[in-house]
Amino acid sequence: MGNMKLTLKVWRQNGPNDNGKIVDYPVNDVSEDMSFLEMLDVLNDDLVRKGDDPIAFDHDCREGICGMCSLFINGEAHGPGRGITTCQLHMRKFKDGDTIYVEPWRSAAFPVIKDLATNRGAFDRIQAAGGFVSVNTSGNLVDGNAVPIPKDDADKAFDAATCIGCGACVATCPNGSAMLFTAAKVSQLSLLPQGHPEAKRRALAMVEQMDKEGFGNCSNTGACEIECPKGISLEHIARLNREYLVATVTKE
Amino acid sequence: MSVKLDSKIPPGPIDKKWTDHKGHIRIVNPANKRRIDVIVVGTGLAGGAAAASLAEQGYSVKAFCFQDSARRAHSIAAQGGINAAKNYMNDGDSTYRLFYDTVKGGDYRAREANVYRLAEVSANIIDQCVAQGVPFARDYGGLLDNRSFGGVQVSRTFYARGQTGQQLLLGAYSALMRQVGKGSVQMFDRHEMLDVVIVDGKARGIIARNLITGEIERHGAHAVLLCTGGYGNVFFLSTNAMGSNVTAAWKAHKRGAYFGNPCYTQIHPTCIPVSGTHQSKLTLMSESLRNDGRIWVPAKLEDAKAIREGKKKGSDIAEADRDYYLERRYPAFGNLVPRDVASRAAKERCDAGFGVNKTGEAVYLDFSAAIERYGKLEANVKKLENVTKEKITELGRAVVSEKYGNLFDMYENIVGENPYDHAMKIYPAVHYTMGGLWVDYNLQTTVPGLFALGEANFSDHGANRLGASALMQGLADGYFVIPYTVGDYLADDIRTGPIDTKRPEFDAAEKEQKDRINHFLNNKGTKPVDDFHRRLGKVMWDKCGMARNAEGLKEAITEIRQIREEFYRDVRVPGSGNAFNQELEKAGRVADFLELGELMCVDALNRNESCGGHFREEYQEMDGPQKGEAKRDDDNYAYVAAWEWTGDAGKANLHKEALTFEEVKLTQRSYK
Repeated sequence: MGNMKLTLKVWRQNGPNDNGKIVDYPVNDVSEDMSFLEMLDVLNDDLVRKGDDPIAFDHDCREGICGMCSLFINGEAHGPGRGITTCQLHMRKFKDGDTIYVEPWRSAAFPVIKDLATNRGAFDRIQAAGGFVSVNTSGNLVDGNAVPIPKDDADKAFDAATCIGCGACVATCPNGSAMLFTAAKVSQLSLLPQGHPEAKRRALAMVEQMDKEGFGNCSNTGACEIECPKGISLEHIARLNREYLVATVTKE
Repeated sequence: MSVKLDSKIPPGPIDKKWTDHKGHIRIVNPANKRRIDVIVVGTGLAGGAAAASLAEQGYSVKAFCFQDSARRAHSIAAQGGINAAKNYMNDGDSTYRLFYDTVKGGDYRAREANVYRLAEVSANIIDQCVAQGVPFARDYGGLLDNRSFGGVQVSRTFYARGQTGQQLLLGAYSALMRQVGKGSVQMFDRHEMLDVVIVDGKARGIIARNLITGEIERHGAHAVLLCTGGYGNVFFLSTNAMGSNVTAAWKAHKRGAYFGNPCYTQIHPTCIPVSGTHQSKLTLMSESLRNDGRIWVPAKLEDAKAIREGKKKGSDIAEADRDYYLERRYPAFGNLVPRDVASRAAKERCDAGFGVNKTGEAVYLDFSAAIERYGKLEANVKKLENVTKEKITELGRAVVSEKYGNLFDMYENIVGENPYDHAMKIYPAVHYTMGGLWVDYNLQTTVPGLFALGEANFSDHGANRLGASALMQGLADGYFVIPYTVGDYLADDIRTGPIDTKRPEFDAAEKEQKDRINHFLNNKGTKPVDDFHRRLGKVMWDKCGMARNAEGLKEAITEIRQIREEFYRDVRVPGSGNAFNQELEKAGRVADFLELGELMCVDALNRNESCGGHFREEYQEMDGPQKGEAKRDDDNYAYVAAWEWTGDAGKANLHKEALTFEEVKLTQRSYK
């Protein structure tokens, strides 16, 4: 095993109505090749053997794409390092003797389920409000090449579409705003011809749902862009604002 | 006793079967669809597409996933691409050629009619996804771009950088959420299916656990669709997500659904090697990298040894002292041989002592030639003169970065080494399972009303899946097959009315699950679940992995039975059943893997031949140009092994579905 010794200060909260508190855990034998989550696995293994309650945290793919992992580490969403999720954070970013704070996403719209796991169902509901193209399954659609799409537009749409819905933007924002998440979907579809017919309705419906969920307003601090593991640009928020403005002004 | 397996392949010529079948099977009228409930378990490409499409048609759908959102199903992690016979490249592709490549790639162990249908609907999938706003890669003319994948000689793979699975899944997810918004789909996330409930011989619902509250719930339906993915996590270490599991499929098996070809496992050749005992999963480096990366090991044992000891680096080895073993052994396909072939070749070199990392289990995947080639092309395009070597490298890196940037970043994060400067080190890892629940042409299992789609069924990939075909199959099953075939079954249910979940069958199934949960929680054991899972995985990898033999498989069966016995006696599951309890979730999944693993070994032991991902050391070519290649036995093993549960994984009953090949001639699969 490895040779790092660390002190973890972990948020423990037994359900949404519990007050919660920080609990200290020493962890020994940490190797720099471990991912952060593997380090927590080692700790949990130890807790189970001792008969203690292991720390609950969300994770699944462990390769930075499913968006399930969601830790606030030393005051940063997904910890130190840019363009990565917690599962892609490796212990070589830390030093022997370090103290590390581990907390859940904190947002009124993401209630804690247990310890570090939160409920991000609000994102699904924003998506259900309008984050789609209304096209049914059909084997008789036009050919995929019938409408050429300029490469730049396709690339920009892709950049927006890489959002993994993890919620780092919300956790990072001082206002707890979900603008970057919402903007990424609106922007992706507004950049593609397939998304145009419903553009206005989409922008209005998704923003309305976002507000209803209790997310805060965007005040352009730009923190979300910095912590976003997929590097989703603030430009998409600007595009959402334009789409929303046009939709509001021209609404019947 | 052997029930004859009826594959229900429609009559007629292969290219007319699906059209004729669709035209003749029964359908349910729109008013009646509203009175019919369908449960879809799993929300990956197959499940997400099926749930959305069936809801669009008017069925009342309940969708389940264990993740916190339908968008996180493991299809999201597929990287390289999706095949479709569009022939946009004018390189001779066709429905027939995609069909042929897939049957051959599967080493002639797939059902022809299913594969032909898959090839036939492949083009529709691309059109559907484009219409949903999936941002596929495009060229400067604004048209869809393609690349090549292993085992084929055309470019038919559509992609969205290295995140194709993500983009396709988000497309299916958006269609699903549209139906959720309309109220046509009821979504149950953070729910795990624990059992299927059979009433009068038909699947009529499921027992599920709400993973947040721990509540055991009953859900009734007229049909149940399992879209629950593969079982690669039986090996503990695999490229699957941590939560990927076999529980839904295994419980269905124990309720009467036959399990098809469980031993067919895909070991993917290009994954990041194991770094230590803490390892929780392995990360894939997309097969698309083999378009441009060249795979090699040192030609001299002393060089390999020096590299392992840290005395030399890969870049110190002169061109003449490198062994590009895939190009050497398979000149026609080179680095783009199918996955099973590439994996075995890597194992062969490493076993012979040529591995290039500390553990001796790694080979190089090198992009330096591609960087130089692309750099020169870019210099020409940009009309640069007198370009330096450094400039060419810079230009070339930019091209490689645009194509594979996210993969290179992933690699650097995990390994801590920049793959632009140093050749990647890779090794095979468990990736996909071709085996799964046996289904007929309609995707129905041997239990009426219980269907299996995508990786959860056995049907389309034979003994080896070609790259970029899993996404194709998931979406084909979900968008274009099940919406037709489920209607034929449900046509009998228009007058059934809602399924009563107070029936004794639901009582009994619920009690069984509660008893099992209580056993785990009350067990006075000492070891965490992962302990047993890791041990099971090691047995599977060593004895039922890339190479198998009769003796090892027999040992594995004994060892798995021991681990299973110990697991029930000594596992410790803390906490309560009425709360969020991740250790309890794992315990249930590992309990099922401990039975499945044994069946996989039984199946591998039964199949006295080598085919695709199933390589039995006793059955290989001993001499001639094909020396060391897999040796099939078509006379005795051209069948699907469909196993029936009898109460003990080791005593499953074997049923055989003979595979008949009318279109494709059975030959030795050669990529030389």
